[in-house]
Amino acid sequence: MSKWDDVKEQITESEVWKSIFRHGYDDTPRNRILMVSGNVWLHLHPSKVRRHATRLRFTWCMGGITFLMFLVTVITGVYLMFYYRPTAEYAYADMKYLEFDMPFGMLMRNMHRWAAHAMVIAVWLHMFRVFLTGSYKPPREFNWVVGVILLVLTLLLSFTGYLLPWDQLSIWAVTVGSNMGRATPILGHEGPGHELIPGLNNVYDARAFLFGGGEIGPHTLLRFYILHCIFIPLVASLFMAVHFWRIRRDGFSGPAL
Amino acid sequence: MATPLKAIPGPGKRIEVPIKKATGPGDDKIHTWPHLVRNEFLIACAMMILLIVWSLLVDAPLEEPANPTRTPNPSKAPWYFLGLQEMLVFFDPWHAGVVLPTFIIVGLMVIPYLDINPKGNGYYCWKDRKWEITTFIVGFHILWVSLIIIGTFLRGPGWNWFWFWEKWDPHKVEALTNVDLPFLLGVRDETMATIVGALIVGGYFVVGYAAFYALCRGVKGAEFPDFIERWGWARFGLTGFLFLNMWAVVAKMMMRHLLNIKYIMVLKTPYFSINI
Repeated sequence: MSKWDDVKEQITESEVWKSIFRHGYDDTPRNRILMVSGNVWLHLHPSKVRRHATRLRFTWCMGGITFLMFLVTVITGVYLMFYYRPTAEYAYADMKYLEFDMPFGMLMRNMHRWAAHAMVIAVWLHMFRVFLTGSYKPPREFNWVVGVILLVLTLLLSFTGYLLPWDQLSIWAVTVGSNMGRATPILGHEGPGHELIPGLNNVYDARAFLFGGGEIGPHTLLRFYILHCIFIPLVASLFMAVHFWRIRRDGFSGPAL
Repeated sequence: MATPLKAIPGPGKRIEVPIKKATGPGDDKIHTWPHLVRNEFLIACAMMILLIVWSLLVDAPLEEPANPTRTPNPSKAPWYFLGLQEMLVFFDPWHAGVVLPTFIIVGLMVIPYLDINPKGNGYYCWKDRKWEITTFIVGFHILWVSLIIIGTFLRGPGWNWFWFWEKWDPHKVEALTNVDLPFLLGVRDETMATIVGALIVGGYFVVGYAAFYALCRGVKGAEFPDFIERWGWARFGLTGFLFLNMWAVVAKMMMRHLLNIKYIMVLKTPYFSINI
């Protein structure tokens, strides 16, 4: 036995090592199961799956890519939060600062934005694939509903983030995207039936509730920042937990044996 | 695995359903580690490389500082909402921005409860699910994705239509020749126009439901009585409603593009007004 193997054995046989890693890398059936069931991250999977469920041709891996893109936006997003102040005076200047002065600032911002776009596309393709394979059929009906909620949350995450750069592109895109708030039936001051609620006006209707005022301003920036960084990610995480858990319980869909 | 593995039906191949539940030792399960985890890891690596290269090559846009007094022309929503913004050409904001998105979201959610076809559960198949798949493709690819492409690339200043090769001219003049459908039919009186419009909208749904019924009947053939008993009238009604609304969007778009029709029904009351 070489010196190296000796050292290696001393480490892997030590009490500290064994308290962290409970099984080795031996390729035995028992170990393959332990690899998944004994790992907090991997145990989102069942320890065994149907053969077709590992095939890219079947799954397109779009659900996984959606989740990966979500993780990328979380990590890059935390980095961006260190340098960004959600107030109208500073927001745009902080964007410039981030782009030109922060180490990897531009790369982090680019990755954050493109991952967000990729997440929207991936979630659509995931839905399309799930439809094509009929994977929403019993017993997975409710998980499809959870998936639709996650689709909406993905769009809302992307939309609320759109405002934060506080440039012309963001405020006008959000203005256009929120105008329908004014036109909400009964609750918007320009919607049909708005006469039913007395006193509805530009600063007191559905859109004003979203904006925190009659038009996009500093209050809207703070609102969207909190929605984008805290509220929607929390809600989305809860629904993701349900979504993954139910896949875990029901198994991956597949043809009957 | 000692038991021989059953071939997995690929696209286009049919299997007989329903069959016994997929449990017990006779199934085709393999270990997640390494078979699935390996694939996920490789795809995650590939996606990360792609994303990083893309992010190094293309910068996220940052325009001038926000200025609420200067409205850009055209002002566009984020690209994933441009299908809805394009809908504003054809429908009032409450309809395009609130009612239709609600129908889309609720309609998507109820799909598993409306579709009681036991076939095609967990594998690709066209033969047993022709109508389901066609409807989804019309809704998703034609109505959602293609409208996003139109909204992104073909709509310029004033939300006017510009082909790919045309320059976005902010002074392009579009004649406003749109009329309401009752007007086109020769109805000049306002009240009569509302009545005629309401009849057309109502008639669309009556005829539409009849056509939908005939379609189901035609598709199901001899098994129709048995099928409709299992499906139930509530499912029939809701599916028909969503189906007809989807096609109504197509119909309204066609009427606008081909006949310059603005509204089909204009209803004004002291309490509310609804234009469809």
